[in-house]
Amino acid sequence: MNHITVPLYRAAHGRTGDKGDRSNISVIAWHPELFALLVEQVTREVVAAQFRHRAPSQVQRFVLPGLQAMNFVLDAVLDGGVNDALNLDAHGKALSFWLLELPIDVPDHLQHLLAGPLPEN
Amino acid sequence: MISTARPPLLIGCAAGFSGDRTDAAGPMVDTLIARLAQGPAGQRAFLIFETLAERTLALAQLRRRADPEAGYEPLLDDMLRPVLARCLAHGIRIVSNFGAANPRAAARHIARMARELGAPAPHIAVVEGDELSSLEQRALLREQLGERMDGLAVVSANAYIGAEPIAAALDAGAQIVVCGRVADPSLTVGPAMSHFGWKADDWTVLARATMAGHLLECGAQVCGGYFADPGYKDVPGLDRVGFPIAEIEADGRCTIGKADGTGGLVTEATVKEQLLYEVHDPSAYLTPDVVADIGEAHVAAQGTDRVLLSGVRGHARPTHYKVNVCYESGWLAEGEISYAGARAEARARLAADVLRSRLAGLALRVDLIGALSIFNDDAGHALAATPDSGMRDVRLRVAATHADRSEAERLGREVMALYTCGPAGGGGVRSTLTPRLNTISCLLAREAVPVRFEMVAP
Repeated sequence: MNHITVPLYRAAHGRTGDKGDRSNISVIAWHPELFALLVEQVTREVVAAQFRHRAPSQVQRFVLPGLQAMNFVLDAVLDGGVNDALNLDAHGKALSFWLLELPIDVPDHLQHLLAGPLPEN
Repeated sequence: MISTARPPLLIGCAAGFSGDRTDAAGPMVDTLIARLAQGPAGQRAFLIFETLAERTLALAQLRRRADPEAGYEPLLDDMLRPVLARCLAHGIRIVSNFGAANPRAAARHIARMARELGAPAPHIAVVEGDELSSLEQRALLREQLGERMDGLAVVSANAYIGAEPIAAALDAGAQIVVCGRVADPSLTVGPAMSHFGWKADDWTVLARATMAGHLLECGAQVCGGYFADPGYKDVPGLDRVGFPIAEIEADGRCTIGKADGTGGLVTEATVKEQLLYEVHDPSAYLTPDVVADIGEAHVAAQGTDRVLLSGVRGHARPTHYKVNVCYESGWLAEGEISYAGARAEARARLAADVLRSRLAGLALRVDLIGALSIFNDDAGHALAATPDSGMRDVRLRVAATHADRSEAERLGREVMALYTCGPAGGGGVRSTLTPRLNTISCLLAREAVPVRFEMVAP
C-alpha cells in the first residue's frame, strides 16, 4: 500500500497540561478513520524517544477510543515543574507541538482526511 | 419523578485564572439573564470565577502578611463590579475561589461593593477549613513530609477541599459563596449538588458534574481559547473569545456552550482538548468529591457551539485530601541580551560562553531565543546537540537560582557587563531578580481537615 510521511499535526491535534514535574499531552485524531494508525504508530516507545533529551523517568499512554484520542503522561520532563524549572515555559505548555512533529505514515486512501494545506503534487 | 423533569441548571464561568480577562463576565451575565427569561419555569443560573493556580494562593498569603485586609483576588473589583447588581437582581448566584488567602476580607469587599452600587445587601457565605494553620495540622504535615519540612520557610499550606460546604452554604440561602482553596471542579459540583439535591455519595452524578466543572474551570480554553493554530485550527473572533456555559441535567450530563455575541467556538475538538487537559489516568481523575472516569466518555456536537458530554462514570471519592505546602525557595535571576545581523547566533553563543566562565558556581541555563529556547532543557542537552543554525536575530537568555540574594545578583551584573566586555553589537539588556516559591504536596486524612461555611453578611 502506498503512503506518504507527514508530521503528526496533519493527523492529530493536542494540548499540554502540567502538574508538578509531570506533563500530559493529548493526541486527538482529526478524523475517526485516522485513529487506528495513530494508535499503531504513536506508541509509548516512540514518544519516549521523541523526549529523550528530557530524560523522562516514565512514559504512560492511555487510549480513549470514545474520543479517538490518546493521553500521554511523561514524568520528570519539566526540570522540576513550574516552581523549579528555569525554562521560560516552565509549564512546558509548548510540548504538544514538539510531540506533534513526529513523522507518521498515512496510506493514500486516508490522505484526504489530513488537516492543513493540501500537499503539492 | 419530579427531579427528572427539572430544567437544566446553567453555570457560566467568567474567569479561568487570576489575571484572566475581566470583561468576560458582562456578556456571560447578559446571556444567563436572556436564557432565564426564555427558559422554562424553575430554571436557575450560577456564575463562577476560577482564580487560583498552585502558586496564586501563596502569593495571596504573602500579601495578607503585609496587609491583613488583603490576600484575596486583586482583580475582584474589576471582575465583579460590572455584573454584581444584575446578578443579584436576576437571582444569579455567584460561587468562586477568589477569596484566596482571605475569604472574609473578600466578602467584606463584596458587601461594600453592593452598597456602593445601591443593590440590596446580599447573603454572602465564606467557606473555610482549607488553610492548614493549626499546630495539630502542621504536626500532621510534618509526619507526612518528614525531615523535608524542617527548616522550610512555609508560606502557605492548604488542602484542596470539595463541594459539600459550598452546597451547604447555598442550601442555607447564600447568594454569593466565597471560597479559598477548593478543587476547581467543586465550584461547579457545589451548585449542582445544592440545586438537584444530590447526595455526597452519588458518584455517577458527582463525576459527571465534576467533568462539567473541569471543562468550565479554565474559562475560554474550551471555547477556542488556547486552541487556534492558523490553517489547522482556525478560530473566529479570538480577540473577543467567549467564555463557557454548562447546561447540567438532573442526571449530571452536561452540554457545553458559550456566551452569546462572543467570538471563539465550541466544537468536539475544543471540548476533547480541554477534557484531557491536566488529566493523567483518564479512568481516575481524582477530586475531593469523587473519582471521575472518562475512559468511556463521548462528545457529540448538538448544533452550532454546543457539545454534549456523556459516558462519564464515577467511583468513590479519595479518603484523603491533597495538600499543597508552599515555601520560600531562594532567588531566580534572569538576564537577556540580543544580537542581530551577520553571525548573530555565533556572537550570542560566544556571549553564553563568557557568562558560563564568569558565573562558575551558578548552575546556568542558557537559551538562544530565535534558535532554541523553550524546547531546550535546563541542563542544555538539546542546545549542546544543536549546531549553530546561522540565525540572524537571536536573544540570549540566561537564568539561575540561588539561596543567597547576593549570589543570584551576580547574574544580572555579568549580563549588563556584556555591553562593553562581551561580543560585538549586543543590545537590549534586561535582567530581573525574583523571590521564588516552591511547592511540595502530600495527602491528609479528611478527618484532619474540618471544613465549614459561615454566613458573614449581611
